[in-house]
Amino acid sequence: MKSDEPVKPQPKKKARTRIYLGIAAAFGIFVAISFLTRFGSGIEIAENSWHFLKSMILLFPAAFILIGLFEIWIDRSVVERHLGKQSGLLGYFWIILLACTVMAPLIVALPMAHSLAKKGAKLQLVIGFISASTVTRIPMTLFEASYLGVPFTVVRLLVSVPLVIVFSEIIGRVFSKETLPG
Amino acid sequence: MIYLYGITAAALLASLIFSRKKTLAALKIASKRFMRLVPPFLVLTVVIALALFFIPNEVISKALGRENLLLGVISASLLGAISFIPGFIVFPLCGLLREQGVSYMVLSAFTTTLMMVGILTFPVEKEYLGTKLTIVRNVAGLLMAALVAVATGFVFKEIGW
Repeated sequence: MKSDEPVKPQPKKKARTRIYLGIAAAFGIFVAISFLTRFGSGIEIAENSWHFLKSMILLFPAAFILIGLFEIWIDRSVVERHLGKQSGLLGYFWIILLACTVMAPLIVALPMAHSLAKKGAKLQLVIGFISASTVTRIPMTLFEASYLGVPFTVVRLLVSVPLVIVFSEIIGRVFSKETLPG
Repeated sequence: MIYLYGITAAALLASLIFSRKKTLAALKIASKRFMRLVPPFLVLTVVIALALFFIPNEVISKALGRENLLLGVISASLLGAISFIPGFIVFPLCGLLREQGVSYMVLSAFTTTLMMVGILTFPVEKEYLGTKLTIVRNVAGLLMAALVAVATGFVFKEIGW
């Protein structure tokens, strides 16, 4: 929706984007040269990046389509009512529930959080969502429990979730939502 | 992954039935949001590939396997903060380290900082939270991880009063 989008000229961001793309291009050249000269370490690094890229790229189409649908169909007032300024502890309940279902790491939680912020979620809950998604994602939790034991995972969750709420609340009160980039 | 695509397909279909125009708009937003992630994501890919290469599992085992518990927790936290290791590598590795006698407290410091604190993901997080909030959130993550580690130490009786 157009009205949700603050239009700000951001020349600094453009320059940053160019630097990022430059780094990526340089890396691409490095990989190409490594393969041409059969430089073992270079090829290993290239394989590392390919593994990571592969695991993420499969997630992106679904994740972003869901974000798009969310932004179009979910009414701003719904988000504001449950996750806005007036929402109390129940807001954290929703946000943690949502965080549990995030399949992907931080990198997908961030654009999701961004959409929530745009729709009127308060800063506490935006930060809370990001932090919670790093510790409560169900697939990861199950994986962890199978290698380190259920007690370990339970302790970690029981301690980290309240901490996430406390720290997010502090951060949300100290900073204003305007600190978020557009 | 299959569930994710099942849900997405169902949502997309439902959206199409209700309104073609709105679905198209949603897809447009999807691609716009995706394009925004691409540059920092590419940088992240480069950085992670280098990190996996320069911080091999042996380095992690060595840092975590220290005799001194406090030093172990500190080095585990720092290592967790600066690396980015996918779960399918890190948890089996931690399971192995556990069998070798590395304390739960150290493992907890390592996995929690790994999850909560991301120095390598800084370019991506900065894109969405801005520099200030990214730093604050990560520092908070470091503190939380320390508290979680201490709690873990108490529960598993690795430390006491």
